[in-house]
Amino acid sequence: MSMPALRRAGPASLGLSRLRANGAGITIAALLSLFILTPLVNVAIWAFTEIWRYPAVIPQKFGFRFWGDVLSRGDVHLAMTTSLSLAAIVTALSALICLPASYAFARMDFPGRNLFFMSFLTVYAFPKFGLYITIATIFLGLGLIGNFWGVVLIQLVSTLMFMVWIPVSAFQNVDRRQEEAARDAGASPLRVFWSITLPQVLPAISAAVLLTFVNTFYETEVAWLIGAPEVRTVPLLMVRFINSELVVQYGAVLSLLLWVPSFVLLMLVRRFLGAQALGRALGA
Amino acid sequence: MATLEIKNLSRLFGNTCAVDDLSLTIGDGELVCLLGPSGSGKSTVLRMIGGFEEPTAGAILIDGQDVTRVPPERRPTGMVFQSHALWTHMNVFANVAFGLKLRRLPKDEIRRRVNGSLATVGLEGYGERKTSQLSGGQQQRVALARSLVLEPKILLLDEPFASLDQHLRERLREEVREIQRRVGITMIFVTHGQDEALAIADRIAVMRDGRLEQLSRPDRLYRQPQTEFVAGFVGQMNLLQGAIRSNVMSVAGIDLPVALADGPATLALRPEDIALEKRGDDGGADVMRVTDFGTHLSIEVRTRCRQRLKIMAPPGTGWSAGMRATLSARKFSVYRDGKLCFMPQPCDVRPAAAA
Repeated sequence: MSMPALRRAGPASLGLSRLRANGAGITIAALLSLFILTPLVNVAIWAFTEIWRYPAVIPQKFGFRFWGDVLSRGDVHLAMTTSLSLAAIVTALSALICLPASYAFARMDFPGRNLFFMSFLTVYAFPKFGLYITIATIFLGLGLIGNFWGVVLIQLVSTLMFMVWIPVSAFQNVDRRQEEAARDAGASPLRVFWSITLPQVLPAISAAVLLTFVNTFYETEVAWLIGAPEVRTVPLLMVRFINSELVVQYGAVLSLLLWVPSFVLLMLVRRFLGAQALGRALGA
Repeated sequence: MATLEIKNLSRLFGNTCAVDDLSLTIGDGELVCLLGPSGSGKSTVLRMIGGFEEPTAGAILIDGQDVTRVPPERRPTGMVFQSHALWTHMNVFANVAFGLKLRRLPKDEIRRRVNGSLATVGLEGYGERKTSQLSGGQQQRVALARSLVLEPKILLLDEPFASLDQHLRERLREEVREIQRRVGITMIFVTHGQDEALAIADRIAVMRDGRLEQLSRPDRLYRQPQTEFVAGFVGQMNLLQGAIRSNVMSVAGIDLPVALADGPATLALRPEDIALEKRGDDGGADVMRVTDFGTHLSIEVRTRCRQRLKIMAPPGTGWSAGMRATLSARKFSVYRDGKLCFMPQPCDVRPAAAA
């Protein structure tokens, strides 16, 4: 091949390889979305289906009948209220306890600091269910089984991980020199925290709050172990629907309903933090 | 504009002594460099002046007022950090304006002073930029503007240009010197680069192991180093171990008249203070290597006692490796126990007995 020919072929072959790479990327993306989206789409379709008989590919009749059914049920209302207040109370309490604690872990030195810090991890080192069974026996003696506050208490334990570890790494990532520079410019320690430290850890803290809220909202096994049968959350209600009255649409509608709070929260958080800021805050 | 007085300042970190009984007085409008190798305690001194480290002992006075226990936000000092420490969640204007806002100044005045300060460091119109959109040099300029805008009595600079490349560093230090002259502010500049210190300082404080070795004008620091450490640290120096016997220091084939008691001593010779003479026979020293820098020749010789010396010779003197030479010292100093103890008046000191 002569030189000019080679030169002509150069960009073309380059373009081809880029195209091939794109092709692979598209295939992977398509497969991934197929796996992730198919169940979601299926659930979404079922929620708005009134009649869908085999072997039809799309339902014979769409409608909102089951939405009306589900939303008018007293136990759904009750479960929604229970789940939302449970998640809100646990998140608020967890933030109240863990955020000052994480600042202390990140910035202060006290005897037993590392041991105490690691103890948050050990909760996750053991099979969780075993731990909860043990706690459940203690709760039984205290009359906290089947009690709303019993569920709050045990959910609180499982949130420690997010609410301590994520903010700790965020606080540690804040440049101490930036804080010193603010002191130098005339800011009091409190003002430094408010104007320099907090804005930089806010994305990570909102991520931790979001994770805590969503996790508490969806948590099933502990809520069942400690709360059943009196405290009934939405996921527990779903379990009952599936076990006792197998109407696919009930489950589908509830799934979509369950999705709403986390979606709203996600949008709220997205408003003031991009993926980049979140990644930075989490130390990525 | 202020005077700074440091009295017997010490700082312990656990068992290690970062700063050891340091006393220092800096005059109004003076630019003093704290120079020393890393770990010499120079940054710790600066941080104590700024209020970021608490002294274990001693006192710091600014304009005669004791500020030793005053927190940084109430000290009349401004600090420029090595890592610039700009607030990444604010734009350039907000960074510079932060301190003024804390002082509750009217908006117009804040705007006027911020823009003035940005102009001083050559960054007019950069106010709306994000700090991450600036180059390293520009970021450091913003940090400088952020400190200058508050009109501190003393500006502290902690190796501000260490992370920048050589060229930029030279330009910025010239600018800092220029600003310092114009504003007339007292400045303390920490650096481990002697070129930087020699280039901008009114006086240089050389530190080592938390102690002040010498505080003098740059020219005197070079010409009359008071300790062996300073002699070796500032500029190039040949330090040769030897002994004095009957008022003669004999080392590296050079015999020099020294009016001191017998005993071991260290001879210090600047490369430019050694004269070379060609000779044919066996004596003298071997020329090992010659590097032509254009302005001068750098010659490395090895004496009979296997001591290596660096010598500076005028260009075009025709030296090359393998030649033999006799050494003589035009100027020298002698140190004993690390301290300067003998330095003849600069004159042509001929070897007492040319071997």
